[in-house]
Amino acid sequence: MSDEKVNVVWLGSPTFPNAAHDALRDGQLRRNLKHATTTIRDKRLRAVAELDDWETLRLAGSQIKDRVMRHLDEYLLRLEASVTAAGGVVHWAEDADAANRIVIELVRAKGADEVVKIKSMATQEIGLNEALAADGVTATETDLAELIVQLAGDRPSHILVPAIHRNRTEIRDIFRREMGKYGVAAPDDLTDEPRVLAEAARLHLREKFLRAKVAVSGANFACADTGTVAVVESEGNGRMCLTLPETLITVMGIEKVLPAFADLEVFLQLLPRSSTAERMNPYTSLWTGVTPGDGPQEFHLILLDNGRSATLADRQGRSALHCIRCSACLNVCPVYERTGGRSYGSVYPGPIGAVLTPQLVGVGTSKHADSLPFASTLCGACYDACPVRIDIPEMLVHLRAKVVDAHRGEKLPAPEALAMKAARVVFGSPRRLAVAERLGALGGRIAGIRGGRWLPGPAKKWTAARDVPVPPRESFRTWWRKAGRR
Amino acid sequence: MRVALFIACYNDALFPDTGKAVTTVLERLGHTVEFPMAQTCCGQMHYNTGYRREAESLVGAFNDAFRGYDAIVTPSGSCGGHVRHHHETETAPNVYEFSEFLVDVLGVSDVGAYYPHRVTYHPTCHSLRMLRVGDKPLRLLRAVEGIDLVELPEAESCCGFGGTFAMKNSETSVAMLRDKMDNVHITKAGTLCASDNSCLMHIGAGLGRIKSGVRTLHLAEILAATK
Ligand code: SF4
Repeated sequence: MSDEKVNVVWLGSPTFPNAAHDALRDGQLRRNLKHATTTIRDKRLRAVAELDDWETLRLAGSQIKDRVMRHLDEYLLRLEASVTAAGGVVHWAEDADAANRIVIELVRAKGADEVVKIKSMATQEIGLNEALAADGVTATETDLAELIVQLAGDRPSHILVPAIHRNRTEIRDIFRREMGKYGVAAPDDLTDEPRVLAEAARLHLREKFLRAKVAVSGANFACADTGTVAVVESEGNGRMCLTLPETLITVMGIEKVLPAFADLEVFLQLLPRSSTAERMNPYTSLWTGVTPGDGPQEFHLILLDNGRSATLADRQGRSALHCIRCSACLNVCPVYERTGGRSYGSVYPGPIGAVLTPQLVGVGTSKHADSLPFASTLCGACYDACPVRIDIPEMLVHLRAKVVDAHRGEKLPAPEALAMKAARVVFGSPRRLAVAERLGALGGRIAGIRGGRWLPGPAKKWTAARDVPVPPRESFRTWWRKAGRR
Repeated sequence: MRVALFIACYNDALFPDTGKAVTTVLERLGHTVEFPMAQTCCGQMHYNTGYRREAESLVGAFNDAFRGYDAIVTPSGSCGGHVRHHHETETAPNVYEFSEFLVDVLGVSDVGAYYPHRVTYHPTCHSLRMLRVGDKPLRLLRAVEGIDLVELPEAESCCGFGGTFAMKNSETSVAMLRDKMDNVHITKAGTLCASDNSCLMHIGAGLGRIKSGVRTLHLAEILAATK
């Protein structure tokens, strides 16, 4: 199992281009990713095409989220009141440390030294498993893919399919090697058939479900009016966690609140079709506080900020908080398809990670975070796929501007900053532009005539696999003027 | 209708033939094309790289250069998209990408072109997802006499250019480029066509490096070709 320090990002992560350098060389990873992303892409398109009101649903989803962000304080207080009235206990956590401390105290108070977990981005974001381990509590991931990642001591690489970078032969080997160390071992004759692998996981997990006193979950949605919390999943492991243990602890980002129970109508249509391309996900669990004699008798809801209030303060950046973690944007992203999720160095990979991560940790706080908004060609596939219409390309550009502004006035400006300034001066006047074009054409032709296919310096990055375009003898404006046109 | 050509700075410097082709096609259709000499750059590259201040300072000059025209036609999907989406000026709504102008404004799809070669078309991301030109370029190409138009597999995937992305993330960019080139080769087309020379330059530079023999050509240049 992994013991790396994580708070949204894996601390000390390299910049995106550096991390991508390694990922791009991993042929197996590239093949696994290509296969997985192209399959899910086509399925999603088909699932979405079935609904003739899909665009209306998207619009509704985005408008509801917009309203939530405008009145977040009110909805959270309402949620707290509803959950409390239904017999739950609400805790507020300003950051990862605070949230982890609350969980640890609650687990300790139950005298437990192990917890079962439902796949959750929020607990991954705060590094809960690692924090629990440091305190002597074993956390077992019960989602199949998360279990694979956990057993392998890996980092997840996809929001929904954390082990997307592994194929089934690799998974069989991980099960054979690791399962016995943590509980029921995999049988010796384990094959790489999906059914057989799932059965081994089922046996391994069943023992833990029956023993655990405490379960930890995240939340997909929480309704302010009723206090109902919702988790959607595919495997039923979540349902086990939500019903068997005596105590349930839910860690939820504050942006997940919805105004009303009725709003689920919109999101329970948007989410499954966008994430797994299903009409409906197999398991949707809803619970409201505590029901005597049925399910957990103690329920704690931890409301996590961890950089969200700061994100909310940026009007152009805040819609990153609208995300319902469907992962459609990852699946359609041509960059993600090549580099995989781990290159992003964050628990939130892909296009949404590129806009959410720098905001949660703060623009200008590390080279790694500042490199993320640039990890995109702005092709726009993510925006088209997003079920809540987050304009990721526009937000990437907004964050690029924040990164650039954070570095303005530095003693040694980057060559790019100088080039942009120079270009601004040249483009400021048509005459200067005409002169620059003539000089450029001359320089370019000299380089071209020399057979200049390999350029030194920063341009090397272009010429590693691409020729240098040779400028023509005269620019368009010169031709136009000479031709006597107006 | 007063029609202005907004060529986009990189076409002005690197691809003058595209500007000439746009002019040829529009004149063939009976329009007079003007080229406001005061035009320079719309600021798209600055804006997309995060140099917003520099980009904003170019907006006013663009507006001044193109004031008074009914249609500002550009052979650049990305610059056309940038102006329409990010310049909040009186001229911005009058900017049309070349294929949009032909199909939507002039209502033509057959411009009387002749190009007897096998061609495949790459829909560039900004024309596709920012301007939503849809199949307009294809409608124009289908009407070209003698053309053998073949579909590009995974056509809507980005070619990996992305402006400064091609430098900042050059390795990822090249990985995307390779897949695009493979798909181009599958079509056995001798000409790769697109509505934006920036992406076309990127793919062309890759094709040139591997000496593939495939030629890259802007849509306007195919539409300008005649017997
Ligand atoms: S940003 Fe949109 S598409 Fe991406 S994971 Fe979030 S909701 Fe899904």
